[in-house]
Amino acid sequence: MMLQTLSQYLAYPFVRYALIVGTLIALCSSLLGVTLVLKRFSYIGDGLSHVAFGAMALAAILNVSNDMLVAMPITVLAAVLILQLGRSTRVRGDAAIAMVSVGSLAVGYLLLNLFSTSSNLSGDVCSSLFGSTSILTLTLEEVWLCAAVSVLVTGIYIFFYHRIFAITFDESFALATGIRASAYNLLIAVVIAVVIVLAMRLVGSLLISALVIFPALAAMRVLKSYKSVIVFSAVSSVLCAVLGILVSILAGTPVGSTIVVMDIALFLGCALAGRLRAA
Amino acid sequence: MAQIECTNALLGYEGQPVLKDLTFRVSKGDYLCVIGENGAGKSTLIKTLLGLTPPLGGTIRLGDGLKQADIGYLPQQTDIQRDFPASVREIVLSGCANRLGRRPFYRKEEKRRALRSMEDLSILPLADRCYRELSGGQQQRVLLARALCATSALLVMDEPAAGLDPVASQELYQLISEINRKGVTIIIVSHDLPSTLRYASHILHIGGPSAYYAAKEEYIASEYGAKFIRMAGGEK
Ligand SMILES: Nc1ncnc2c1ncn2[C@@H]1O[C@H](COP(=O)(O)OP(=O)(O)OP(=O)(O)O)[C@@H](O)[C@H]1O
Ligand SMILES: [Mg+2]
Repeated sequence: MMLQTLSQYLAYPFVRYALIVGTLIALCSSLLGVTLVLKRFSYIGDGLSHVAFGAMALAAILNVSNDMLVAMPITVLAAVLILQLGRSTRVRGDAAIAMVSVGSLAVGYLLLNLFSTSSNLSGDVCSSLFGSTSILTLTLEEVWLCAAVSVLVTGIYIFFYHRIFAITFDESFALATGIRASAYNLLIAVVIAVVIVLAMRLVGSLLISALVIFPALAAMRVLKSYKSVIVFSAVSSVLCAVLGILVSILAGTPVGSTIVVMDIALFLGCALAGRLRAA
Repeated sequence: MAQIECTNALLGYEGQPVLKDLTFRVSKGDYLCVIGENGAGKSTLIKTLLGLTPPLGGTIRLGDGLKQADIGYLPQQTDIQRDFPASVREIVLSGCANRLGRRPFYRKEEKRRALRSMEDLSILPLADRCYRELSGGQQQRVLLARALCATSALLVMDEPAAGLDPVASQELYQLISEINRKGVTIIIVSHDLPSTLRYASHILHIGGPSAYYAAKEEYIASEYGAKFIRMAGGEK
């Protein structure tokens, strides 16, 4: 019965697009999530998602057809800025991020209020913050863009896997033995920014952090080698995303929060398993 | 030609001098022990040698074929490392990351190098264990094996035995001295005076207005050194 409804839905291209994009975004964000969590960078992801909201607001009032083209460069720039600010001794890292992120949230909302031509302003804002249904309105062009970026991100991650491991585990050692750690930090920040702009479509800017950190934290509860943590969080994140999208279509719940609830369940399950094994 | 030639160096942070007029040299195969009180600037010297903090003045010249990237490092543990999910093998292998060049993955010879250094430090049986579940002494051996993957020229260590029990710390010093006998130059910061006097070939005593650099025997014979040793109770 349920399978029948499901196959009916799968006949629609927008459902297939949503599943494809959801899978890709879940994959990318979980790969980076492990690095972010271990480098104590998770707050950067959170800060950047607010910047992405501000950038999307800007794109909306500029009436750009593909708002990612505006949001992407702005968020990448913010990532670079946060990294530089955090390194200067005058502003501490977390304070720098709080400044940039809360600032862009406020300015974004203000801009929308002042200049938006939309008749349903609070609906638009809610959609940017929590994702709502925008994932179900993807065009084929956006699916291709997302696929291209995901392949690039995954490729970069695999190519630099060993170096990313080295600087994540011990940045001073990597630096001392001649690995250009700051260049890789920059690379990581830029890639995070790109992934966050993509993920905004899926779960909205307030919920992106969940997609980034939950699979990594879940994997770290039960697994003991870096490689297994990466593989497990990638696979489980994809499963959560697919399951979340299907459930939300069947039950009519909001896509973003349904996926996040799946991620929370995954984390709780792993935490429990880790506890049981330790005992 | 010495591996490190430090002449009238001025060390410190952003214009704030910590150590003045530092002159010493390290030749291949030396075991240089850096001693001094808390806050004397030992860690600052280590960071400068590793190229993490630039010197404020004077010169620190590398020679005898030594390049900056050939200086391996055994850090004190940081909080990040303590809960890191990684196997011993992965961590030791990560010492080879500076040999990757443009390649994305490790070659066979790099994996062999990692195996060999695990064998040398007798942690091969731990290879697939999780780093965060090891004891402090085992963790330091893992980091030492990683440093040996990165270089076989010169190792710099900042209080590697801090937090270890006396037995584990003696074992670590013994391992380090064995590595030194195989020709690896050692620069070590240590508060363990008996081990220092036993293994070191040279001593750099920093603190107060000046630094005192000498071969071990000369240091022990000197008035300055004898006084410090008596005070620290290192030898009767
Ligand atoms: N990052 C830094 N910025 C500015 N000053 C610093 C920094 N790190 C250390 N200092 C200062 O430099 C001086 C020397 O510190 P250092 O850590 O080198 O001492 P140490 O000899 O290693 O001491 P300990 O035995 O306690 O490890 C101290 O006065 C310290 O306050
Ligand atoms: Mg120190």
